[in-house]
Amino acid sequence: MPVRLPFRPRRDAYPPDLWTKCPGCAEMLFNKQLDKTLRVCPHCGHHFRISARMRVEQLVDQGSFVERDADLAPVDTLGFVDLKSYPDRLLAAQLSTGLRDAAVWGVAAMGGKRISLCVMDFFFIGGSMGSVVGEKVARAGEAAVAERIPLLIVSSSGGARMQEGTYSLMQLVKTMSVVERVKAARVPFISVMTDPTTGGVFASFAVVGDVNLAEPNALIRFAGDRVSAGTIGEELPPGYARAEFWISHGFVDRIVARAKLRDEIVSLLGFLIAPINGPTEPAPNPTSRPRAFFSALTGALSPDSNGESHPADTAAPRGGTTNG
Amino acid sequence: MVERLLGRHGAVEDHRDDPVSAVWAHVQQARNLKRPHTLELLKAMADEFIELHGDRLFGDDTAIVAGLARIAGRRIVVVGFQKGQDTEENIRRNFGLPHPDGYRKAMRVMDLAERFSMPILTFVDVQGAFPGAAAEERGIAEAIAKSVGLMTRLRTPIVVVITGEGGSGGALGLAVGDTIIALENSIYSVISPEGCATILWRSGEQSHEAATAMKVTAGEQQELGIVDIVIPEPGDGAHTDPVETARRIKEVVLERLDVLGRMTIDELVEARFQKFRVMGPYVVADRPTPPQERASITDRLRGLLSTRPSMPSMPGGGHDVPPGREEV
Ligand SMILES: [Zn+2]
Repeated sequence: MPVRLPFRPRRDAYPPDLWTKCPGCAEMLFNKQLDKTLRVCPHCGHHFRISARMRVEQLVDQGSFVERDADLAPVDTLGFVDLKSYPDRLLAAQLSTGLRDAAVWGVAAMGGKRISLCVMDFFFIGGSMGSVVGEKVARAGEAAVAERIPLLIVSSSGGARMQEGTYSLMQLVKTMSVVERVKAARVPFISVMTDPTTGGVFASFAVVGDVNLAEPNALIRFAGDRVSAGTIGEELPPGYARAEFWISHGFVDRIVARAKLRDEIVSLLGFLIAPINGPTEPAPNPTSRPRAFFSALTGALSPDSNGESHPADTAAPRGGTTNG
Repeated sequence: MVERLLGRHGAVEDHRDDPVSAVWAHVQQARNLKRPHTLELLKAMADEFIELHGDRLFGDDTAIVAGLARIAGRRIVVVGFQKGQDTEENIRRNFGLPHPDGYRKAMRVMDLAERFSMPILTFVDVQGAFPGAAAEERGIAEAIAKSVGLMTRLRTPIVVVITGEGGSGGALGLAVGDTIIALENSIYSVISPEGCATILWRSGEQSHEAATAMKVTAGEQQELGIVDIVIPEPGDGAHTDPVETARRIKEVVLERLDVLGRMTIDELVEARFQKFRVMGPYVVADRPTPPQERASITDRLRGLLSTRPSMPSMPGGGHDVPPGREEV
């Protein structure tokens, strides 16, 4: 229960820097208490959105995170102006978050295991993915491949950033091309979808983790309300496109409460271990067309033909489009 | 909106003196349903086309066609979006808005291209993926992500031709390749101008300004380095002479396939990877970034005053949705 402060005017009862109203249950929550519960409402379990920095602190072994490429900064190539100019929006976001763009990446340890980690920050222009965010995701993936350490991406994003136009759209390609290399290298990739994970972020790296985790009630969807309603006028039921919806539709493996997220990831990392010598059959770049043809066939027909005992899905990563 | 899906845009505005109107006229031209789509172009280009149906998982999406074509004697796998040219066909083809099944069919057929050493040609003309629940719950996001990922690594040449609307992720699902060609009057954008206006201008009325700001025209996309080649359209646009349009596309595509065919597959796939790996400009800070140079003192002050601690507390009442997000 919230502590009520007696003898004070109503309007001062809950100064906003001390109290936060829970959108789930309308309780007034004391911020310091909320920080202790990892920004999860102790009454109803509502998961508040958190900054990238706080997310990193909550997940990794204390003091283990070494940020990389913090100096990457966005540019306004299109000269984009809507109600405000893109540079103005960037500056406001930079000043309010202390970040240069909406993602932070680096290497860290979780349960003593070294990982490559990229975390998105919704408070920076809705966590939208422009060129810097795409670049950081790509670099996190490339570091994972180079060092043969697991890749962990925590998404929190409204999708591609409109102000960078089709450059933002191309970040879907950039990030997916690197994720394909992560998979071909048999380096594990865990995707954590938090509220919200939508649009082009959901429709690229976030949805294709080896394991997809989601926080409770996180909004996860491709098409937005306004687009859906405007185009086809469809009524959407409550709970539509929330994390639980995706469990029942088969695109999320597990819903994990924030308090258990770190331990769950550490447990998964105990199973998903990159083979020390890298990929055996599928060299990321085999040599010639005949070989591609041959190995695609053998991969499809006889996954274990190279004598290795491993699941078929990792044996033929090039040609396989089995589950599309 | 249905009016737009049916291609009824009203009279084309006079745009001689107004760049925003000129861009909008271009958008309308790109959306003209009389433009030739995949099947019409193939009819003019291919000696033979065997359409293949179904994704082997759920169904057959009529908004995407895929199959085996013989063009100038060559075996080519063709995949493309198919809008209808009239209301009846549009209803049958879901107004050209694909479900996940369409992308999964495309992946299945593109996989054949790799396995049987055929290059891939795709035709892109789509407003976006179908935005309804039937597509969402069957994983339209996953289907697009997987198709994009597959196309980044397929070990066979891929030529993409944007023939009309290059609408967001829905278009991108078939638009990754070694060469990206666009017809002169086509457009390519991260979100529809209407969607962009709704979110950033808080009103669909500003779709013309949004189209202008996003630099959606084929020519602008070429200047940005997204599109490699722009093919001029005959007459008053592709719809006025589909056969000549197809002839021009065929000529460029065959020339590109020759060039790509001279590369080794390793070179080809690595070049495709690098092509997209470097897309999207950014700067390394410590040099002052453009935003800081451009902002006025008042903007800086306003920004400073609104500075919050690094963990801002959420305002009550659910979703705050800062502008800058994409919805399709
Ligand atoms: Zn609550």
